[in-house]
Amino acid sequence: MAIIVIVFLGYNFFIYTQKPPIEVQKMSEIAIRGEKIYQDNNCTACHQFYGLGGYLGPDLTNVISEEGKGAMYVKAFLNSGIKSMPQFNFSEEEKEALVAFLEAVDETGHYPIYEATHNYGWVSIKYKK
Amino acid sequence: MNQKIPFLFLLLGLSALHLGAFFGILITLQYIYPEFLKEALAFNRLREFHVSTLIGWLILTATGGIYYYISKVLNVPLYSKKIMSIQFSILLVCSFAIYYSFLVGKMGGREYLTYHPIISLPILIAWILFAINYFKTLVGKIQNWPVYLWMWGTGIVFMIYHFSESHLWLIPSIRENFIRDITVQWKSYGSFVGSWNMLIYGTAIFLMSKIKNENTVGRGKVAFFFYFLGLSNLMFGWAHHTYFIPTQPWIRIVAYAMSMSEWIIFLSIIISWKKSLNKEAKIKGNFAYKFLLATDFWVFVNLFIALLISIPYINLFTHGTHITVAHSMGTTIGINTTILLASAMFIAYKENAGIIEANTKIIKLGYWLFNGALAGFLTMLMLGGVARSKWTFLSDKTTSFGEMQSSIQPLIVAFLFFGVVLFIGLLFVAIPLIKVYFNKLKK
Ligand code: HEC
Repeated sequence: MAIIVIVFLGYNFFIYTQKPPIEVQKMSEIAIRGEKIYQDNNCTACHQFYGLGGYLGPDLTNVISEEGKGAMYVKAFLNSGIKSMPQFNFSEEEKEALVAFLEAVDETGHYPIYEATHNYGWVSIKYKK
Repeated sequence: MNQKIPFLFLLLGLSALHLGAFFGILITLQYIYPEFLKEALAFNRLREFHVSTLIGWLILTATGGIYYYISKVLNVPLYSKKIMSIQFSILLVCSFAIYYSFLVGKMGGREYLTYHPIISLPILIAWILFAINYFKTLVGKIQNWPVYLWMWGTGIVFMIYHFSESHLWLIPSIRENFIRDITVQWKSYGSFVGSWNMLIYGTAIFLMSKIKNENTVGRGKVAFFFYFLGLSNLMFGWAHHTYFIPTQPWIRIVAYAMSMSEWIIFLSIIISWKKSLNKEAKIKGNFAYKFLLATDFWVFVNLFIALLISIPYINLFTHGTHITVAHSMGTTIGINTTILLASAMFIAYKENAGIIEANTKIIKLGYWLFNGALAGFLTMLMLGGVARSKWTFLSDKTTSFGEMQSSIQPLIVAFLFFGVVLFIGLLFVAIPLIKVYFNKLKK
């Protein structure tokens, strides 16, 4: 029992301090403000990052870098009240912050994973450079 | 009054079950009619009524059961009835606070913990009180703890830990790094679900030992082997939720290895089934036992699904689709809910067998409606997941998300139908239970 607890503690320490295998910038202040807006409005009820979140809307991990999408595209959606998406009334500043947050997320990786190699059920994923 | 607290936990839990299922019906309606309640309570708030209320069902009912079993079945006097009452009162007030936070839209915006984070503080205090009461009551009072006492204790301690862990995002060094943040977030969720599973599976083993009247159940090397296997999965198995987040590969490899160890559990179920088949006839007609048989079946189905989707190459296609929902609904409804209903039945039968016996027919009907509807319900989710995965990986980029969503509408309508039947089935089962508990409160 003691052994398993010690292993657990060490393991937790690594997780809490792990550096992702890619260099990403710390989230900027404005991106963090964007994340707060994302949370305050519980966008996660419908949207996902890395496939984690709700199912009513599309995954947003790469909505900034995806072909044909991007900052303008995102802004157009925010106050649109399209389909089941609530009619938000974000100010220009709030929209900027949300975009900054989505940009920061986009930099961290790819999702869905279209390019992956696999063997024995294991999948190696492609990291962003 | 203090004698009645376990029944209050159970009643509040059962109410949460029905209310939560009802919210589930409402949010499914929002899937079908995007305008439904959109002005008053859009999906981003209504969904959380559903999620939080049903987590309430699991936790309140498990807690009420544990208090009841300790004091009324194991006959160990509680360290403090007052602590139990305070714990109940805190959770009751928090339930209202959580609803209030959704109503006014003060959201926390994290999966599961979507209410305003400040409410987490009293909830944490309630868990710490539970821990104090539990260990002060039992340590030294019972020799050689059977495995279910270990499981309950472990569940409480780890709940406190992982519940706190899920708030680490409030610390800047975690929050500034998105990958670290999302990893810690889903680590904590995987593990606090594992913690409530400890409470609930412990209850299942407890019930088995009492129904079969065999004290050997829950003792011995094998029982403890599975306890440790479950514990290590609780600690390290969470990362199959995060295979595709660009974390360090070793984290994901550990998770893969850990998840696969559960095949041992899977095989052991098949073996023990074969052994127990001939014994069953004796216990016929006992509803608590009947629900545990349903549990057995759903464990088998869900574990099989879980094991498959824990293989990264399969997870690649199922992650983020409704197949994940099928997994979480399958386990919370098929496994957790059947165990807790067994527990609620066991207690009701012990308190007032007359009412349960007088309602045999309706409970039986409810039982079959519940299980039958659940099968349909999960099938629709699996099919929906396949459709979404096909859209992600096989479609050319011309089909929009909205078109894909419309194409699975018929599945969602069928899903709603099964959901409504499930709700009715639950009502049939619960009405006699509620009668018994209310009688206890009046006295
Ligand atoms: C009730 C569910 C819901 C909520 C809450 C919600 N959305 Fe949406 N969102 C949708 C749906 C549905 C779509 C897709 C509409 C379509 O294309 O048919 C969408 C589309 C989007 C898109 C375009 C994505 C793409 O790839 O085309 C963005 C960006 C977006 N939402 C951002 C947000 C943000 C930011 C929030 C929180 C402030 C939010 N959404 C809250 C349902 C929701």
